[in-house]
Amino acid sequence: MTPLDAKRPLQLNDQGQLRHFLSLDGLPRALLTELLDTADSFLEVGARAVKKVPLLRGKTVCNVFFENSTRTRTTFELAAQRLSADVITLNVSTSSTSKGETLFDTLRNLEAMAADMFVVRHADSGAAHFIAEHVCPEVAIINGGDGRHAHPTQGMLDMLTIRRHKGGFENLSVAIVGDILHSRVARSNMIALKTLGCPDIRVVAPKTLLPVGVEQYGVKVYTDLEQGLKDVDVVIMLRLQRERMTGGLLPSEGEFYRLFGLTTARLAGARPDAIVMHPGPINRGVEIESAVADGAHSVILNQVTYGIAVRMAVLSMAMSGQTAQRQYEQENAQ
Amino acid sequence: MSLPNPAELIDAMAIDLKAYLARRGIESPNYIGIHTGGVWVAQALLQALGSDAALGELDVSFYRDDFSQNGLHPQVRPSALPFEIEGQHLVLVDDVLMSGRTIRAALNELFDYGRPASVTLVSLLDLNAGELPIRPDVVGATLSLQPDERVKLLGPAPLVLERQDLASASSLEESPR
Repeated sequence: MTPLDAKRPLQLNDQGQLRHFLSLDGLPRALLTELLDTADSFLEVGARAVKKVPLLRGKTVCNVFFENSTRTRTTFELAAQRLSADVITLNVSTSSTSKGETLFDTLRNLEAMAADMFVVRHADSGAAHFIAEHVCPEVAIINGGDGRHAHPTQGMLDMLTIRRHKGGFENLSVAIVGDILHSRVARSNMIALKTLGCPDIRVVAPKTLLPVGVEQYGVKVYTDLEQGLKDVDVVIMLRLQRERMTGGLLPSEGEFYRLFGLTTARLAGARPDAIVMHPGPINRGVEIESAVADGAHSVILNQVTYGIAVRMAVLSMAMSGQTAQRQYEQENAQ
Repeated sequence: MSLPNPAELIDAMAIDLKAYLARRGIESPNYIGIHTGGVWVAQALLQALGSDAALGELDVSFYRDDFSQNGLHPQVRPSALPFEIEGQHLVLVDDVLMSGRTIRAALNELFDYGRPASVTLVSLLDLNAGELPIRPDVVGATLSLQPDERVKLLGPAPLVLERQDLASASSLEESPR
């Protein structure tokens, strides 16, 4: 096991290129922009008759999902397949761990199958980071969502959605609405928007669903939806994470919808050309009205399409960074 | 040895290409330039031909055979082909032909869009260093370089060929784009 090099962040190589993708925290704007540009190019590939490029031919991508997912898992699978990689998907929640194997042992076994890349989703915050630190450093680790911490590919696909619909981030007002407390998507979005230069980032939620110290992300906090949505360009709705709710955070779903549900009437307070986003799965009538989810402002299904392109960009850039690092180390060893 | 002036080469290439296409009986082909230099050469070539045909742009980064050595090119751009490929006669334009690997990647990419009727290869320079059985149909000039020499096209206006010494600029790519 190689000790962690304190000189550089774990997810970057010695030349500052991506080699793991764990969190958007600490990634420079230039790198996020490069990722979005690369994703734009992959979006064009997705529009062709043959939606496949030979970039990762002969590489093996292993999706390891310790937590259920449909959208993230299938779009990662599609992304890897469209890059011509071989893909294995393991739903670990239903296999080894239930037989008592530890996270570490499961991964060492997968490593022995000569995978080049792991896409990991786990219910514990920091799981992907732990794996990147302790599993073979030559395997690229992509975070597909870890606990409440980060969901960086979702964050970047949201940024691609905003950039493609709004052109940039410099003059935007963006509201992130709903269950901020449990949301790794919210955290990744706040960091990405800040890094990309968005001047007005708002979080809108009842006090019980706001993490302590959320202001440190450079966001404005609103506990009133009408005020929070006033003249915004982008509304990012979050799913109410009922499965993570412990204790009396909300009186009832009905009351949450009455105060924080996105309805047509409430959306009218945003700018006329505002877009509505949601990472999915959507809970109709819990955080969003059907008429809004299916309406003209909604770009929710575009997000899914962009998600494939963003994941193709992440997979190829991380693989590229791993390659570059190996070369760099070889040259320096001589 | 001084490098030729691209503008003069392109005028001659336009005449050669016209003759070549006439000989092959190809009328109104679709033109495609390879990013970045090939697009510039194709634009100049279309101008010399007095043609206002749409120009396709191809970025072969996703098709290169050196990904596992060199990784992804950081400035990849979307390919844009504003016409059908299936059943069409294509003129593929690049700036500097060296190993032939860029052309191989470009052909692979084109076939993902459809099956062209024919592909005519046009290159401003041929460095005579073919590592693959790929030769231009129309070429501006053929040069032989020293092993550590490269030629790069600067542009888009004016187009200028520049000699580069690998020994002093080790960051250069193996094959020009």
